[in-house]
Amino acid sequence: MNIPKNLFYTKDHEWARVEGKAAYIGITDYAQSSLGDITFVGLPKEKEAVKQSEYCATVESVKAASDVYAPFSGTVISLNNELVTHPELVNQSPYEKGYFFVISLGDEVEKKNLMDADTYQRYVEGLNGGSVK
Amino acid sequence: MQLIFEKHKQGRRGFCFPGPDVPLAKPLAAKYCRSKDTHIASLSELDVVRHYTNLSRLNFSVDTNFYPLGSCTMKYNPKFTERIAAFEGFSNLHPLLPQLAGGGMLAQGSLEVLYETEKFLSEITGMSAFTMQPLAGAHGELTGVMLIAAYHKNNGSRRKYVIVPDSSHGTNPASAAIAGYQVIVIPTGKDGYMDLEQYKKHLNNDVAAVMLTCPDTLGIFNPHIKEIADMAHQVGALMYYDGANLNALLGKARPGDLGFDVVHINLHKTFGTPHGGGGPGAGPVGVSEALVDFLPIPRVVRRSDATYALEYHRHKSIGYIAPFYGNFGVILKAYAYMLCLGKDGLIEAAELAVLNANYCQVMLKDHYDLAFEKNCMHECVFSAARQAKNGVHAIDIAKYLIDKGYHPPTVYFPLIVKEALMIEPTETESKETIDAFIEVMIEIAGLAKDDPIRVKQAPLHMPIKRLDETKAAREPNLRWKP
Amino acid sequence: MSYTPHTQEDIKQMLQAIGVSNIEELFKDIPKGLRAKSFNLPHGKSEIEVTNHLKGLSEKNAANLISFVGAGFYDHFIPAALDAIVNRPEFYTAYTPYQPECSQGWLQSIYEYQTAICELTGLDVSNASLYDGGTAVYEAAMMAIRFTGRNKIIMDSGMSLIYRAMLYTYTSNLSVEFVEIPVVHGQSSREELFKHLDDKTAAVILQNPNFFGAVDDHSDVVERVHKYGALAISSVYPVSLGMLKSPGEMNFDIATGEGQSLGIPLSFGGPYLGFMAAKKELVRQMPGRIVGETVDSDGKRGFVLTLQTREQHIRREKATSNICSNEALCALRAVVFLSLLGRSGIKEMAERNYQKAEFAKEVLSKIKGVEVKRSSPTFNEFTVMLPRRADDVVYRMIDRGFACGFPLGRFYKGMDNYLLIAVTEKRTKEEICRLADSLEAVLCS
Repeated sequence: MNIPKNLFYTKDHEWARVEGKAAYIGITDYAQSSLGDITFVGLPKEKEAVKQSEYCATVESVKAASDVYAPFSGTVISLNNELVTHPELVNQSPYEKGYFFVISLGDEVEKKNLMDADTYQRYVEGLNGGSVK
Repeated sequence: MQLIFEKHKQGRRGFCFPGPDVPLAKPLAAKYCRSKDTHIASLSELDVVRHYTNLSRLNFSVDTNFYPLGSCTMKYNPKFTERIAAFEGFSNLHPLLPQLAGGGMLAQGSLEVLYETEKFLSEITGMSAFTMQPLAGAHGELTGVMLIAAYHKNNGSRRKYVIVPDSSHGTNPASAAIAGYQVIVIPTGKDGYMDLEQYKKHLNNDVAAVMLTCPDTLGIFNPHIKEIADMAHQVGALMYYDGANLNALLGKARPGDLGFDVVHINLHKTFGTPHGGGGPGAGPVGVSEALVDFLPIPRVVRRSDATYALEYHRHKSIGYIAPFYGNFGVILKAYAYMLCLGKDGLIEAAELAVLNANYCQVMLKDHYDLAFEKNCMHECVFSAARQAKNGVHAIDIAKYLIDKGYHPPTVYFPLIVKEALMIEPTETESKETIDAFIEVMIEIAGLAKDDPIRVKQAPLHMPIKRLDETKAAREPNLRWKP
Repeated sequence: MSYTPHTQEDIKQMLQAIGVSNIEELFKDIPKGLRAKSFNLPHGKSEIEVTNHLKGLSEKNAANLISFVGAGFYDHFIPAALDAIVNRPEFYTAYTPYQPECSQGWLQSIYEYQTAICELTGLDVSNASLYDGGTAVYEAAMMAIRFTGRNKIIMDSGMSLIYRAMLYTYTSNLSVEFVEIPVVHGQSSREELFKHLDDKTAAVILQNPNFFGAVDDHSDVVERVHKYGALAISSVYPVSLGMLKSPGEMNFDIATGEGQSLGIPLSFGGPYLGFMAAKKELVRQMPGRIVGETVDSDGKRGFVLTLQTREQHIRREKATSNICSNEALCALRAVVFLSLLGRSGIKEMAERNYQKAEFAKEVLSKIKGVEVKRSSPTFNEFTVMLPRRADDVVYRMIDRGFACGFPLGRFYKGMDNYLLIAVTEKRTKEEICRLADSLEAVLCS
């Protein structure tokens, strides 16, 4: 299970990578592997405002659909349009090529509601009732 | 097999119209007309007949295979009802005829069928009246929820929520949501029944209705049903009965007596009309006295001179929910079925459906984990969790059954049972058929231990192997292109 | 009569295996106090008795009138080969093809149906069927509301009153704003429509031909609708599409309609067939089942239900619709019907309908006091004004063996003297002339 150190994590298995005033947003390795082959990603619109912990995108496999909740509040500044034709990027590269969109960060205080990599690792282990590879 | 479009040959035809018998009129102006032809295939009649006959042979069906698809009640569909539905007097009747002045007399036969079916269903379920209009089970649910909304509105109350258990059919929350309600989901307790504590916690006077299936989707009759209904009624909420599993209760218990206010029935399940590859069905909705005024228009009424008529002027009615009087052809077959079975035949159907399911349950329970250790009614639910540990999942079991000529049970439903296998044999299957099925199920349980790969490769003897469903969803190809 | 195979010996053995002494014990979970209070039904009857009884009832229906009633539901010919195919039990006693390996026949047939509907309507994608033309319009309106995030629907009052009434019922607990546009000289009024069109509009719904039979080219309306970011929805009569400009050619976003005319008997109102096709960008908003092509593990072509995350069994309260059972067997009828006719037969059928209706107009217009409305071109149905109440005339014509049309006063205020007459390919020249003679006689009496 890949859990990069420099990211912020949510209990719903989203991640955020803060770069200056912007944040890249996606779903974790754990999320993509539990969903299986991802067939569709429903992205928000550019300039749309998203709110921390609120619905911002949809991710689907053949037999399941999950809502994605925003790790941070902010405004969507760009979308990973590659996912429209290649949703499998979320499976192949959840933290890089498979990111969902970028937002301009609102309030950085929201960081306190998120987990760091170590905490997320323990959280995921707790869900599985044991260690995660 | 080639697509019919790939067999097209210009110049062939499968049907000829009589020569023109009227003088040629001026053609319609070009701006109203289509500029190019369709790519519909042109073929001889034999080409078309052979194409679809050969396609039909690629399907499993009740007439060719045991089809224990849980929750769908795939019982045998008596053939004589097809002949009745094809009588010209029924099949050729225009639905607007009785709406013409004096036209009621032109459709007395069909109106009587609707009226009498309504009476039968009311007695079978213990409800005051039925609308025959809903065109399928889910359409009945939507109609039922709208009736509930109309009832509350009439009482001057605007309620926000509909309660469903987590074991419910997906149509229940979907119907409540599209009718404008928010859905509250109550978990199933460790005992297999809806968690009563959670239920109590969420029940308040903002709840419009509680939607339940009984027996529930685990095939279990909930003995607390009356208590659940009483609690709902105490806060002014109504009880909705999803009739998908009514086959288990015929003559034994009636939703009306159990405290339900609104009921839908799937005629294509309980009353023996064919499922038609996914439809048409029919989903009549029954209501208690308090909701009769809200039923959709028109209503079929019997006048004092023993003739039948359509009644439109009902000011509390929710209005039109279907273009006419329901899926009449389906209702007619169900009526013929009820007339034929009669009281004793219907009771016997329920009894033998429950006998067959319990027999399946007892014969398989050493080989598969029962979802809940309980008596079952018309269907039994197992979990393939034990087999899944060796990599044999419910889907693999399904595919192996297909290779052996059995339509699989419902898999992965209800959602609350891991690796669910939901088996509904129905009353029309013989002990020999069920025994043979049980034998294959036991064989699979053995293979799951000894040779799981063998199960996971299935099916090997069908026209196709397992399909790439991910590709289908990622690169949707939803039509043939020239 | 019952259709259960159990012998007494079978039952005994099964009860023994279960470990109970009688069947009643299997129902012990139903508390005594909750048992059926009554089950007062007649005793069963034999197949012969039931058949005779229902044959008798069928004969009480006047299904043998020479019919000129349409109003959205038409008396078209159904080839015998169609019934032979659809009566194959491998089609009609199967269920939803959730298990593709044992349902390829059904899945391929639906894929072919979807293709045929796309071809007729000129649009990209079709679903596997909906209940009827009315619920199809409702589903299309809901798609537009979700897609645009707006809630105002403009509809032409030339759309069937039944469908408009259904839309009102279904949305009565939702906040949807409806505007109805009046029909002027038989066609939807551009002026009125454009007056109401704004950036709050989710969709404009138009019917072609409209309820009065009038044919229109809606291209200009659709162009305007798109300028406001709204969707254009068409409700169409599929037989007319053998001849008329398709919704796709007019750039509509969604086409819906009643498929009864494609080989489905009138059957007193159902089962019928709601069809829906749309532009491909709307596919994820579509309701109901959809079949897609894919490959199996050997790379062989196969068909499967796809994009199921839209549907209730997965998405539950967030599904695009609550539909589960659809009208698959009627969809099969439609694709077999179209295939038997073939691409030239479909055109020919549409033309026959048009020609016969034009002939009927000519003949009827010669009757004193009958005015055929000619402000708009029509397809196979048209409006006439009579010198007296149309429902009275219809009543009298029944005695002469005709269902001569639908009195418009039933659905439209102030139109008591108007009669809507449909002429399909089944009607002969001789029947049309007899209709005219009888009508003349009734009007003179």
